[in-house]
Amino acid sequence: MSNFTAEDKAAITSLWAKVNVEDAGGETLGRLLVVYPWTQRFFDSFGSLSSPSAIMGNPKVKAHGAKVLTSLGEAIKNLDDLKGTFGQLSELHCDKLHVDPENFRLLGNVLVTVLAVHHGKEFTPEVQASWQKMVAGVASALGSRYH
Amino acid sequence: MVHFTAEEKVAITSLWSKMNVEEAGGEALGRLLVVYPWTQRFFDNFGNLSSPSAILGNPKVKAHGKKVLTSFGDAIKNMDNLKTTFAKLSELHCDKLHVDPENFRLLGNVMVIILATHFGKEFTPEVQAAWQKLVSAVAIALGHKYH
Repeated sequence: MSNFTAEDKAAITSLWAKVNVEDAGGETLGRLLVVYPWTQRFFDSFGSLSSPSAIMGNPKVKAHGAKVLTSLGEAIKNLDDLKGTFGQLSELHCDKLHVDPENFRLLGNVLVTVLAVHHGKEFTPEVQASWQKMVAGVASALGSRYH
Repeated sequence: MVHFTAEEKVAITSLWSKMNVEEAGGEALGRLLVVYPWTQRFFDNFGNLSSPSAILGNPKVKAHGKKVLTSFGDAIKNMDNLKTTFAKLSELHCDKLHVDPENFRLLGNVMVIILATHFGKEFTPEVQAAWQKLVSAVAIALGHKYH
């Protein structure tokens, strides 16, 4: 289990308080699908993903992105028990959705990029380090029930 | 060999032309050492790496970061021929420096974050995609001569 210091938690929660979860969710999932196009295979039913602007404007992408980031918001309230928080989602992603856990790491990196885009210099090396630890912890927790 | 489209080359070169290689180099290497602390093992003789501010202010980190990014600039002038451009550096990193190629991917990700913090919304999904492709290709080229 990843050990988050008080500084890590402060860096994570203070930035998160400024995030518009709906907008950031759509942007994060959209960027995943643009930057790592093979991830589109998980979203066949989402309609047009034919270009970056189609992807970024796609209402299903935005809605699902918001759902994913809302779930991440739950994780942020439970940083000391990520495996517990994500136990059921881990089973879902393995047993029903058949998502390779590598994709959790890709999404984590995209989220870090989105935070960097929006927060600029405020996204200092120390803040980045805390967030990188966070997304790594989430990816690990989401992969923890795979078999 | 990785193929870059005309749009990708423009996205990469136009952003690169606005970068201060010296500052960005120091920041890239500094962030690597802060965000992924185990990478400090390669820089034992760099002096004080005891805290984020020590790392980011360390003159050897800045100088070496500049060297690394200058080399990256060479890659950008030779995007269609990365393996040849990095052949000698690949041998050096394998035979003399003993650097695990995974670290090239980590440094590439740090560079993407720096671009995101500096360029904000200008670092669009399409621009991010082009840069992610470049840093991946550079990481592969640097790992190419490993044995």
